[in-house]
Amino acid sequence: MPVIELEDVSRAFTVTSRSGLRRTRREVRAVDGMSFTVEPGEVMGYIGPNGAGKSTTIKMLTGILVPSGGSIRVAGVDPSRHRLKLARRIGVVFGQRTTLWWDLPLKDSFAVLQKMYGVPLARHRENLATFVELLDLGDLLDVPVRQLSLGQRMRGDIAAALLHDPEIVYLDEPTIGLDVISKARLREFLAQVNAERRTTIILTTHDLDDIEALCTRVMVIDHGHQIFDGTLDGLKSSQSAPRTLVVDLAASLPPIEVTGATVVKVNGPRQHLTFPTSTSAAPLLAEIAANYPLVDLSVSEPTIESVITQLYNSA
Amino acid sequence: MVRSRLLRVPAQYWMLITMWIRSSMAYPLSFVLMLFGSMVLTLMDFLAIVLMFSHISSFGGFSLSEMALLYATASMTLGIADLFTGSIERVGERIRTGAFDAYLIRPVPSFLQAAADGFALRRIGRPVQAAIVLVFALGRLHVDWTVARGIMLVVSMIAGAVIFGAIFVLGAAFQFVSTDSAELSNSFTYGGQAMTQYPLAIFGQQIVRAVTFVVPIAFVNYYPVLYVLGKPAPLGLPSWIGLLSPLVAVLMVVLASLAWRGGLRRYRSTGS
Repeated sequence: MPVIELEDVSRAFTVTSRSGLRRTRREVRAVDGMSFTVEPGEVMGYIGPNGAGKSTTIKMLTGILVPSGGSIRVAGVDPSRHRLKLARRIGVVFGQRTTLWWDLPLKDSFAVLQKMYGVPLARHRENLATFVELLDLGDLLDVPVRQLSLGQRMRGDIAAALLHDPEIVYLDEPTIGLDVISKARLREFLAQVNAERRTTIILTTHDLDDIEALCTRVMVIDHGHQIFDGTLDGLKSSQSAPRTLVVDLAASLPPIEVTGATVVKVNGPRQHLTFPTSTSAAPLLAEIAANYPLVDLSVSEPTIESVITQLYNSA
Repeated sequence: MVRSRLLRVPAQYWMLITMWIRSSMAYPLSFVLMLFGSMVLTLMDFLAIVLMFSHISSFGGFSLSEMALLYATASMTLGIADLFTGSIERVGERIRTGAFDAYLIRPVPSFLQAAADGFALRRIGRPVQAAIVLVFALGRLHVDWTVARGIMLVVSMIAGAVIFGAIFVLGAAFQFVSTDSAELSNSFTYGGQAMTQYPLAIFGQQIVRAVTFVVPIAFVNYYPVLYVLGKPAPLGLPSWIGLLSPLVAVLMVVLASLAWRGGLRRYRSTGS
């Protein structure tokens, strides 16, 4: 049974723009005919360029925004109609701003959430102890939220979103602005939560390392449309982004000729060639080694950035 | 469903405000000073009236003791409304910064969260000060007390607080349309309180009409006090018009709740 179901969901906004005295109204479809399902325990990366409709989708899934068309079911209910009821079963983190109480120490925010969600005290203490340890919050509990650094606040926000044992967690750009170590720690934590609690996680991000480290499934959207849905490997092989072969020759030579590969750059004795992801590198190497004075070489895979860029361009 | 939800409201509201009370108690000295400061400040208001009466013996047909009753009821009703719903005026700012979304992901109605947000117990200074003036007024007044007048005085203070509270909420609901309009509602609440501490008849018939039929703050305390003191109502209105104040309060609550719901619906369908 899917925990999230979208069927032909749309969300249109009216944008009023003014040029001189004339006001023109035009309708923008932030999300346009989106359909997909998510199974319990999945970790889905939801990616797309700015303005693609990621946050709008998340807001509709939480019930904050009412869709203008189509139907949504989250944990068996329509989010916009049963927003308060659904709130107990979901956790939300907005990376750009906190959902905690700005002027209160972190531990007071946690205490309020325990009451607000009616979490049994024993369960609350257990969860809090776990999160304090895993997210290293011990020294931060007495600090008002406004005095926390971005990374500290994010850890606090994530703990807050998970304290009531939600079935589904939405994370809207959770690693934005964090340093490499904080990012790694956060990913590790989320992976652990997913593994131990079977929490379904939907994650929007611009950081493709998040996807690589966490997600079993990737969905790419652009202009409110879904343009890819599958595994990360599937995403990589779906696009024919070329692999690169760099060869160092014994001497500077004119561009070498190899079947199935093209020289794209010559830099003294070093030459860069590209070849399709579908071909094996071995025969190319054999051919080069047989015909040219090969000294050294390296092969690089297409980066996920280049795959996605290509995907956006072809969409 | 709706009923059980309504029954939870007081507990939920209490839970939210106790958090803010606890956090303000983290600095007890600062709290006491603020409370004392707000009491002294509001007491000055009343001293001005007392000084005025050292030169005159009657103002708009009211003696000093009667003015004290009017002042105390105006201050009490606004004070209670301000204490419990005053924070809601910050909703426009929350909408602008996007922080309002955080209210909507919680299992507690957004209205309660907005009303309780930043609950400031020091605002209790005004009702406390009003209670002192009320005791002073009741001690000096020679009212022919009947059960009806006694009940009216108590009920009208609750109804008056509810009317002011509803105006706070109406103003906040308007901020869903125009996020910078907090001052507009302040002119009706804090401004309204400044008016209602005087006999409204002195402002002239047009104003009396406006505060009776448009923004009904005359029902907060003026008409009930006229009834208690056995004075005739202006504009040829019946002297029992003050008895309608609970009814006006109910109407205002209905209006305010419709406005809030409308504002919230607008927010949830435009995302801004």
